[in-house]
Amino acid sequence: MFYRETGQYKTNYGADEQIFPIRQDRIGVMIILAFAYLAVPFIGDDYWFSAILIPFLILSLAAIGLNLLTGYAGQLSLGSAGFMAVGAFAAYNFMLRIEGMPFLLGFILAGLSAAAVGIVFGLPSLRVKGFYLAAATLASQFFIEWVLTKFPWFTNNSASGVITAQKMVLFGYAFDTPMSRYLLTLVIVTLLALAAKNLVRTRTGRDWMAIRDMDVAAEVIGIPMLKTKLLAFAISSFYLGVAGALWAYCYLGTVEPQAFELTRSMQLLFMIIIGGMGTIVGAFFGAAFIVLLPIFLNLFTSTIFAGQVDPGMLSHLEQLVFGGMIIFFLIVEPLGLARLWQLGKQKLRLWPFPH
Amino acid sequence: MAESRHLGDIILKVDHISLSFGGVNALADISFQVRKGEILAIIGPNGAGKSSMLNVINGVYHPQKGTVTYKGETRHHMPPHRAAELGIGRTFQNIALFKGMSVLDNIKTGRSLKIKSNFLMNALWFGPARREELEHRQKVEEIIDFLRLEDIRRTPVGMLPYGLQKRVELGRALAAEPELLLLDEPMAGMNIEEKQAMCRFALDVNDEFGTTVVLIEHDMGVVMDISDRVVVLDYGKKIADGTPDEVRQNPEVINAYLGVSH
Repeated sequence: MFYRETGQYKTNYGADEQIFPIRQDRIGVMIILAFAYLAVPFIGDDYWFSAILIPFLILSLAAIGLNLLTGYAGQLSLGSAGFMAVGAFAAYNFMLRIEGMPFLLGFILAGLSAAAVGIVFGLPSLRVKGFYLAAATLASQFFIEWVLTKFPWFTNNSASGVITAQKMVLFGYAFDTPMSRYLLTLVIVTLLALAAKNLVRTRTGRDWMAIRDMDVAAEVIGIPMLKTKLLAFAISSFYLGVAGALWAYCYLGTVEPQAFELTRSMQLLFMIIIGGMGTIVGAFFGAAFIVLLPIFLNLFTSTIFAGQVDPGMLSHLEQLVFGGMIIFFLIVEPLGLARLWQLGKQKLRLWPFPH
Repeated sequence: MAESRHLGDIILKVDHISLSFGGVNALADISFQVRKGEILAIIGPNGAGKSSMLNVINGVYHPQKGTVTYKGETRHHMPPHRAAELGIGRTFQNIALFKGMSVLDNIKTGRSLKIKSNFLMNALWFGPARREELEHRQKVEEIIDFLRLEDIRRTPVGMLPYGLQKRVELGRALAAEPELLLLDEPMAGMNIEEKQAMCRFALDVNDEFGTTVVLIEHDMGVVMDISDRVVVLDYGKKIADGTPDEVRQNPEVINAYLGVSH
């Protein structure tokens, strides 16, 4: 009853090919955006902005990037954190070495640098698939970490290998409060998420999915394998690169190459698996699950069992519950939270009526 | 049937093609021609090299010897997507649809090579990208109409029954508006109604769009009924080439199919 398309007649293909063809979806997205832009800045506090919302948004963006490559184009990658590192250190160096470089341009250049590196490490995908490709992308993860630690030029000869992000100033306005950084991140993530949604529903995305589902058939109907796969690597790495730059500039402030270890790549992969491969909304669900759930679990256990159970024991318990929930969700819905969301919407078509 | 139809020039010429995998000779010195607007059937027992022949024509396999001449251009080697650009469409023996995508999206991929807008325009849903998507949607809907797939256009192809999947695959090939359509056992595993429908579509495509059709089929009734000419392969060799009537009376064909008493 609440999610019905009945009565929404479309009289041209334009109406059917818009980004959110169903009216309820359009309204839903508007409400979420309005809440994130207009309400959250007033009800959130500094802790929420800098410890929860900013990392959640940045990891969502990174998960979208990985999802374009793995979920849509079907190229399994374990090197995503490496590309984030390229983005973070590229942004740092561009802003350090070029006088008066606006930071937004620096972020874009960071994304482009990551895209270039992504294309190079995407080359093996033309020969190897699946697990073998995953092993090949693992090389990029270690290689990038190694380069950034080995050559001090990248960290501006910092003894500890730690870089401190420059100030972000736009038209004289400095983004130095957690709220302003939250809004900056939100704008970038919104724009890139919408762009990703557009990509996957047009020719670019269809070509990727075609390669993913059946590569020989895709080539036979005229989709060039080389170009399509490398484009997926480039665009995915661009997203990861921008996410990496944001991670350094909006979240941490000071970063070292070790912030982008293999664990981070794994985390991103889990996000898209739990959230839903081959969906944009799944990246947000996955990031929320990985970032927010442990925090809520912690809040929950610390209020319920406070003082009664040993704190060390509690944190182990939390991890246990968290692991259990990952397995539970994967058994209930292997296609991820996005699929559950889809099924929920299907149910809402009729609910509360039986027919 | 061949007499009543007016056939055009030679569109495809296969010359002395030999293809082997390791020690196995899949095709040995095969030559034949296809004229524009004709329906040519390739028949032969299992393992005769029929599918290999189609794979050679559209560049999936590269033969060790021989040439393929398509629309006057002779080549030894061409990648499959180049063949698609030149107007060679193809369906597969084992359905090769994109399982995770809807019928609509599957057929849309058939038009990918006609879409000019690049990924940046797509990402921004910017003027030309939008206009092009809508234009191609129109074309895709025409094909959906033609193949009567209207009510399932939103269904993921993995959920469709076999016969419909075959039809969607034909739709995807047609979306590229091919001049030469290669159908690899389009009617295998179908019941009589589905076969009739598929025959009708093949004939309509040939008739309405003037598409040249090369098909592999095991159902002799179908082959004899709809094709203008039949090429018979056996163990990688061509043993007959002619009108259905000629082929039916050819002793070598009878030998290959039925065996003869000695």
